[in-house]
Amino acid sequence: MSIRIDRAFVALLTFVTFSCWFSFSFATPALAQDIAVRADVIYTMDGSAPITDGIVLVRRGKIAAVGPRTSVTVPEGVQLLDVAVVTPGLVDAHTVVGLAGQYNYDHDQDQLERSDPLQPELRALDALNIQERLISWVRSFGVTTVHTGHAPGELISGQTLIAKTTGNTVDDAVLVQPAMVAATLGDSAQKDGKKSPGTRGKQMAMLRAELIKAQEYRAKLAAAEDDKKPARDLGLEMLVRVLDGEIPMLINAHRQQDLSNALRLAREFEIRIVLDGAAEAYRITDEILEAGVPVFVHPTMQRANRETKNLTMENAARLNAAGIPIALQSGYESYVPKTRCVLFEAAIAAANGLSFQDALASITIDAARILGIDARVGSIEVGKDGDLAMYDGDPFEYTSHCVGTIIDGRIVSDIVR
Amino acid sequence: MPRFFLLALLVSLVSAPFATAQDRETDSDAVHAFVGARVIPADAAEIERGTLIVRGSQIAAVGPVDSIEVPDGAVVHDVTGKVLMPGLICTHSHVGGIGGADGSGPIQPEVQVFESLNIHQSGFRRAVAGGLTTLNIMPGSGHLISGQTIYVKLRGGDTIDDIVYRDAEGRRMGGLKMANGTNSMRDAPFPGTRGKSAALVREKFVKAREYADKIEKAGDDAEKMPPRDLSLEPLVEAMAGTRIVHHHTHRHDDIMTVLRLSNEFGFRVVLHHVSEGWKVADEIAKAGAPCSLILVDSPGGKLEAINLIYETAAVLEQAGALVAFHTDDWITDSRHFLRMPALGIRAGLSRETAIRSVTIHGAIMLDLANRTGSLTPGKDADFIVLNGDPFSVYTKVLETWVEGTKVFDRSDPDDYLHAVGGYGAGDDTKLYLCCQEQH
Repeated sequence: MSIRIDRAFVALLTFVTFSCWFSFSFATPALAQDIAVRADVIYTMDGSAPITDGIVLVRRGKIAAVGPRTSVTVPEGVQLLDVAVVTPGLVDAHTVVGLAGQYNYDHDQDQLERSDPLQPELRALDALNIQERLISWVRSFGVTTVHTGHAPGELISGQTLIAKTTGNTVDDAVLVQPAMVAATLGDSAQKDGKKSPGTRGKQMAMLRAELIKAQEYRAKLAAAEDDKKPARDLGLEMLVRVLDGEIPMLINAHRQQDLSNALRLAREFEIRIVLDGAAEAYRITDEILEAGVPVFVHPTMQRANRETKNLTMENAARLNAAGIPIALQSGYESYVPKTRCVLFEAAIAAANGLSFQDALASITIDAARILGIDARVGSIEVGKDGDLAMYDGDPFEYTSHCVGTIIDGRIVSDIVR
Repeated sequence: MPRFFLLALLVSLVSAPFATAQDRETDSDAVHAFVGARVIPADAAEIERGTLIVRGSQIAAVGPVDSIEVPDGAVVHDVTGKVLMPGLICTHSHVGGIGGADGSGPIQPEVQVFESLNIHQSGFRRAVAGGLTTLNIMPGSGHLISGQTIYVKLRGGDTIDDIVYRDAEGRRMGGLKMANGTNSMRDAPFPGTRGKSAALVREKFVKAREYADKIEKAGDDAEKMPPRDLSLEPLVEAMAGTRIVHHHTHRHDDIMTVLRLSNEFGFRVVLHHVSEGWKVADEIAKAGAPCSLILVDSPGGKLEAINLIYETAAVLEQAGALVAFHTDDWITDSRHFLRMPALGIRAGLSRETAIRSVTIHGAIMLDLANRTGSLTPGKDADFIVLNGDPFSVYTKVLETWVEGTKVFDRSDPDDYLHAVGGYGAGDDTKLYLCCQEQH
């Protein structure tokens, strides 16, 4: 354990916490969400250079101060940890943990409903098991925020949400609900036999038809008198929010023609999209850049196979070099391992052309920006959530350890892993 | 000394004199000197600044720079600042488009995986890009016995026979793939329970023992020989110690079942995956059963891998078991093989064992330690050149050499494509096209 905890402070903290237990009506939640971390290096990810020998102070769950050790005063009674490296809590741009569980049996697999290819009404909020062990697993490597939800595999598989990786109920954890509508183009969303969609052309035709239906639904809603409104359609309601630009469509696609199809759909309906996976995105960087579309790049260590057979570990670096906003993701796994960890994927990206800073940004501030949550998480800046990941060395090195994770000023993992 | 080591030693002694005779023809006079690298021999202490001399297909000398003389006429490679270590050995791989037993039944030892392999599959190119030089290619784990595995050396070739290891008698070398736990439990005729799984295996080995007895009793009398039984022959070889059983097993009780069967029938076994090995580490060590582990990014994905932890390698090491790792490619990509022992170190494994776990320990588990797995004079010149420490994420395999021939060079555009991926990297390709042309 390389977190050095001042025992006197712990005793005090325990006392104060204990006192509060019986007297929480006395307003201030005292020190429960106060914590300070001194580190050899602090990667703030706010655009400024890393701080050497610095301190981050979290008060009432928010970053209260960050700077060189000499410039930050840690109030008496605040627990002070001592580690080698501090980064912002990691943000996984796209995963399915919490809907997908570790056992991989029907009872803990809620990420993909197979009954219909078009189900934008499925809410991640109703499916997320925030106490799932895969969530605490990734949390123990420093992941504090996940964009999770319905998986790739159906034309429109459902909604996603953004949550912190701690909480007793989903309501404790959720940051943004709904976050996006998840769609898939390509092999994994195709059906056999007489079921649709069976081809790429049919996939696009079905999506187009559904979005046109949503346009008509929106027009009817706008035109009708109150007593003549069309019957509520929960699926079309979601697509109207997509058409209105309120919610982006997350389109999973790997081959170049599927990626181009996704961009075409976005142009046609003037909707916001995020490309997801995008194994062959490096082939059409100009097109993606021109469309102003961000990419959640597939896990760097994803297997090269079938429609991902042309993937490259340099995809993130090449898109980043082209000026396309990117974030890395742990993605969706159907077998062993049941989830990847975005820290490891960023590490391989950093070893394959992405700079250390850009790789770290892709799982912190850049991911937060694309997800629209950068006002709260993604960097260590005063006023933002007190979410921190702590390491005993270069976070990307295989042999380094995550020594603790803090969310909203609370230690949520102290396993050395 | 555990039984496995004794047998391994015996097999090594028997086959060693024939090893060089089996080597393919190569530019036997070519001498290469690699000078100035950090040399990690795997069977001896690391050398700060060392020299490796390769003559033809074999290692001629290895030692500190000031103690090894570079022969006249040698091609000198300045590898100052780089790291040299043995070619990596993967004890459990599925590259090449494997096909083993079919759905007709749970026990099919007569199936030989090498007959399904496509030598042009890009997985082979990715394997050499990852520094792998020897693989045990296995059929899957959906059967109690899914067939015979094949040991291959990743030299160039046009057919799969060009890359298989052969023993002293010229026979293809491989093991026998077995599995227990949930993967091999299905609807009948497959077993539905663990008890049934063990009973079916026991029944088959009893038959094999009776078959072996008949053969022995028949002696030279051809009349009394039983009719050949291709499904029993591999089991007889396993009981005779000439074919190692490579056994998929995760849960602690399944591991104990494997050890029990191994003890009952006297077959040598390597335990594969061993996710709950940490629960029965002392028992594994006491049985002398080597363990080939896989570490993946998270536990779960199936019930029997729920308790997979990174600490297993260290726990087994401390208990005294022989530890190796495997890619299980496609479960993990061969290009990330060194990441696995590194994760072992992350969870307490010693550096020395981490090095050995992907080199000499793997060779021991395949009965190939007399030919490969360490930088030892007389062994095949199978080695890799790295640009940094093997256990750093930032380190790259620069070159892979097999039997004195360079089969991967990161500076070659086509090899680079297979090292990092890109358009066309997944297509079928001739094995080692570029590097073969260079020599």
